Formats: sequence, structure tokens, C-alpha cells
Amino acid sequence: MTERLELPVAEWHRVSPKYVVVDVVGYIIFAAMILIPASLASYWIGFAWMWAATAALGLIFLLIIVFTPGRVRSIGYALRDDDLLFRRGILFQRFVAIPYGRMQLVDINRGPLARALGLSELKFVTAAAASGVTIPGLPAQDAEELRDTLVTLAESRRAGL
Amino acid sequence: MTKFTDGEWHRLHPLTPLLKGGIAFVAIIAFIVVNLRDILIESFLGDGRGRDEEPLLWLADHGFIGIAVLAVLGILIIFVVGFYLSWRMHTFRITDEVVEVRSGILFRTHRKARLDRIQGINIARPFLPRLFGAAKLEVNVAGQDANVQLEYLASAAADELRREILRLASGTQAAAAEPVLDATGTLIEKRVAEFIGPELDPTIALVEPQSIVKLNTGRLLGSLLLSGFTIFLIALVVGVAVGVTITGSLGFLIPVIFGIIGTFRYYVTRFTKSLRYSIAGTPDGVRVGFGLLSTSNETLPPGRIHSVQVSQPIMWRITGWWEIKVNRASTSSATGAAGQANTTILPVGNITDVRNVLALVLPGVDADLLAAALVSKGGDDGFINSPPRARVLRWFSWRRNGFALTSSAVLLRKGQIWRELVIVPQARLQSVAIHQGPLLRSLRLAALRFHTVAGPITPTIGAVDASIATELFLNTADGAIQSSSSDTSHRWRSGEALA
Repeated sequence: MTERLELPVAEWHRVSPKYVVVDVVGYIIFAAMILIPASLASYWIGFAWMWAATAALGLIFLLIIVFTPGRVRSIGYALRDDDLLFRRGILFQRFVAIPYGRMQLVDINRGPLARALGLSELKFVTAAAASGVTIPGLPAQDAEELRDTLVTLAESRRAGL
Repeated sequence: MTKFTDGEWHRLHPLTPLLKGGIAFVAIIAFIVVNLRDILIESFLGDGRGRDEEPLLWLADHGFIGIAVLAVLGILIIFVVGFYLSWRMHTFRITDEVVEVRSGILFRTHRKARLDRIQGINIARPFLPRLFGAAKLEVNVAGQDANVQLEYLASAAADELRREILRLASGTQAAAAEPVLDATGTLIEKRVAEFIGPELDPTIALVEPQSIVKLNTGRLLGSLLLSGFTIFLIALVVGVAVGVTITGSLGFLIPVIFGIIGTFRYYVTRFTKSLRYSIAGTPDGVRVGFGLLSTSNETLPPGRIHSVQVSQPIMWRITGWWEIKVNRASTSSATGAAGQANTTILPVGNITDVRNVLALVLPGVDADLLAAALVSKGGDDGFINSPPRARVLRWFSWRRNGFALTSSAVLLRKGQIWRELVIVPQARLQSVAIHQGPLLRSLRLAALRFHTVAGPITPTIGAVDASIATELFLNTADGAIQSSSSDTSHRWRSGEALA
């Protein structure tokens, strides 16, 4: 394995470790929704290959869940002078740079489980649909402060489209 | 201060209701009149047979004719009053800051568009309104269904309005041009002059009279015949021929005949749409026009082009032709040259045309570098290309799969078989991303993606050396910030001195 991508950033802000719970529970619910009907169908119809397929799916979900803590740890963001840097992923790495002046709006979303754990999700929208940057698992207080900071920064560096 | 910029509300062309939907109405009246004539003929010469099959005769025979006439008259009056009211209540005005339109009788709509947010202005002249000397003006702003439409205006008024809107939007301090005197002569002569004149804007014509690309009919036909659609067609014909030979049944031919009729239509539409294509530079941006019977003429002010793609479909390689597409923030209701989306600004052109058009749409980028980059086989040509280990992923194109970063734009070059060059002005870049999956990592490569507004172009470059890619990522991120902070294109002529 060769070295991963790395950017010269002094310190990445990481998201709350509690977000692992949200992500894992989300995957468990999703897995249950797929695996339970699949198992029932296999039981009734009884082909061996169907059991094999269900088992393979189950294994994939298990792997996803096992690697969740690492994946959550890999999410990070950094506020530079004029832009926001965002990173996520271990196996599939992705870095995005969004100039503050390009942010059209900043959303705060909270799901039921995240709210119970006091977490929020921050979503940035630019004029390009592909930018798609979402920072999950921020403590509610931090999320609001970050949003206010970003909106102020975006306002002071406003550029057209 | 000209007629439209006095800050007052103005009305549209008085024939608007007729042109917008009244034609069908006229047809209905004509139908009734024709039937009435039948009644007259029948009542004098008829022998009474088949009278019950004529709806109007049936009415007359059963004594309902009076009611029917009243009903028709009533509907007629409602229509005429409705059309008149909707015309009266449809008004627009232009101030220093905004374009405003108010419309609707019961449900009022009031739309304002800020002048510094204008993405383009389109003047369309569909065939029928064109006969009446009317034109449709559309002010494009960013977003879905966000355009301000003025349909219809008198042709000369539409041209004047466009000039005035662009002048106000550009932020120039130069005084308004004197209104051009109308062509003298009778009504018919004026119509003919308007109809023949390629672009009714004498003041602009003085600055840049010529289209910089001449699209001759032969090349247009050739480009259509060498399109991907033709390949599909040939494959279809061969497939059917094989089918008929094997099965011996001629049943296959029926759908094919319909297919061929459809095909013919497709070629004819694309052909007539591209006729009289022109592209020229004006002080207020690039102007692209086309169309033989129904014409369309679009002005894109500077800085409204979010990315540019020069590409070459495989069959065009034989003739050395290219096409140019752009990404833009607005969507126009008009279709573009060749009946394609209006993001195609050069339907077909040789390398000289490409260089001229690029120089026009991207004034800050060295057009010669671009033209050389298009045909270059790779190597040391001013681009940073993929390393040899990328051969696994880019079998044929690794030598020329690369990028260049200039002071104002990012250039991405791809493909050996389907050659392509994408240019993203840094001032328009929304964000930039770098990706690396396990496969790319094992080869020490990375992929970059440049985010611009949605359109036919997705600027990406894959299989770049990982450390070079990281460097490009950081440089572009910085470049985008610098370019956008020094960018003044939302008021593109604000630097001009008082004239």
C-alpha cells in the first residue's frame, strides 16, 4: 500500500466520536430492512444460492459497520483564510475546497437519533450541484457557531456566480 | 434617455394576443365561416340529403340557429375582451437596477430581475411573428424558470431594448446611443428590410460587423452525415438487412420506413436550425445567432460562461472538425444551433474557427496554446500529462491526458480517440475536489473534479500523478479565490470612462 493523499493543513477539526453510533444504527436499520425480507424469501423458496446471496450481503453490511469508526474518524474540515477544506474517506479519499464567497447557503439538519445525542449536520450549497459537502456529527453548539462564522465569511467575500 | 429607459411602464406589441395563441382562434372562426358558406350553398342548391350530418345545418333545421349565433358571439366577445385585458395588464419597465414585468388579469405576477445578475439576453423571431415584424425578448438570469420574457415586441423595439438593458447592466458611464432612425419607406418595405437584415442593430454592426465563423452549407451537411446518429442509422439498416435475409420476412421493413421518415425530419430540423449561424463579439459580450425562417440571437455578456468544452466526435477526425459547448448558469427557452440545447455555441468548425471562437469567449487565455493543445499528441507541450504508469488506465490517451494552469483558467485535455479539451475560468469555479480510490492509490495517481454550474460539461481529469494532483488542487483553490475577488464582470464595462 502506497501513501495516502495528504494536504499541508496544520490541524483538521474532527467530528464528534458519538457520530459513530448514529452511523452504525443507521446501517443496522438499513441492513435489517434488506436482510429480513431476503431471509424470509430464502426460507420460503429455499434455494441454496439465495441463502448464499443473503449471507454475502450480510457480510458486506458487517464489514461496513466494522469500519464505521475509522470512517467517521476520517471526516475532517479546516477553515483556511479564504476557503473551507473538507475531507472524508479512508479507502476512497475525497478532499473538497470551497471558497467562502461561493457558498450560497448553509443548512443545519438534525435527525432523531442525532438530536438525542446532541449532534447536528452542516450542509453547504454552492451554485454547483456537485460540490456536495456535508459535515455530519457536529455538536449542536459548534454547528451553530460554525454556521454563523461561515455565513459572515461568505457575506464579506461575496462574489457573483 | 431613450424610449424604454425612462423608468415608466411600457406595453408589449399590440398584436401579441394574436401571435401568442390567437392564430388558433382565427382558425376556428375561419372554420365556422366555411361552414356557413356550405349552408348557403346547400339552401340554394341542396337536395336535403346528408343535412343531419352537418352540425350547423342540423342547428338551422331545428330552430337553434339564433341561440348558436348568440353563443358564438358571446364566446367571441369574452375572448376579445380577455385578450385585450391581458395585453393591457402586461407591462414592463427598465430602471438602472432592475427589469420588471407585471402580467395576469386575475392572478397577477410581478417579476423583477436585477441587471447585474443577467446571464444573457436572447431575441427570438419565430417565423409567424417575424412576418408581422415582432420578436420575443428573453432576459436570462440564473436558475430554473427564472427568465423574464417579453413576448412580443416590435423588432426594432426589441433591438433597442436589448441594447439599453445591456448598457445599463454593463455599468458603463457612456451615454445612451442615439436611437437609430427607422428605415424609411412603406410598411411592406420595412418588413422586407427587417426580414432580410441578418441582425438589426446598426450601432453594434459598426463595432464588429462580421461573424468570425463562416458556416457553409457543405460543411453543415457533412457534419450531419458524419454524426454519431448516422453510425446508429447504418447499424440499424445493416441489422434490418440481416434480419430480412435470415427470416425472409419483410415485416421488419415497416418500422424501418417510419424510422427513415423520422430520420429525415431530424436531419432537416438540424440543418435549417443551423443555417445562417453567426458568432460575433460585441462590447457587451458574445453574440450567437442562427436560423433561417425562425431566427434566434443570443448575447452572452463577459463572465457568463462557466466552462467551455471543445470536442471532436470520432468521425469528424477525418475532416478535422470540432464543436464547442459551454456551461452557463441560466437556461433559455430557445433551442440553440442545430436544434441542440443552446449550450452549443459552435456546431461545427475547423481548427481556425475554434481558435477564433475561443479567443472570443475566453479573452484571457492564449488561444494559440489552446489550438495547439487540441491536436497535440502529448509530450512536452505546455501541459502536465499523465505519467507512463497511467497507461494501465488510459490505454491510448495517457500521453495527452493532462492539464495546464494559466493565470485565469484551468485547462483539461483528454482522449486520444474522442479528443476533448475543457477550459474552466477560475473566476467561475465553485469548488474543487480531489479523489483517490484503492486502484488509483496503488498506481500513485489521483483524480480531480472541478465544480461549476450544471450543464453539458463535467470538468474532470483522471489518472494524474498523486503529488502533482495535490499541488494542482491547492493551486486551483487559491487561484479561484484570487480570480473571483478581482473579477468585475458582473458590471463588465464599469471601468469605462465617461464618454
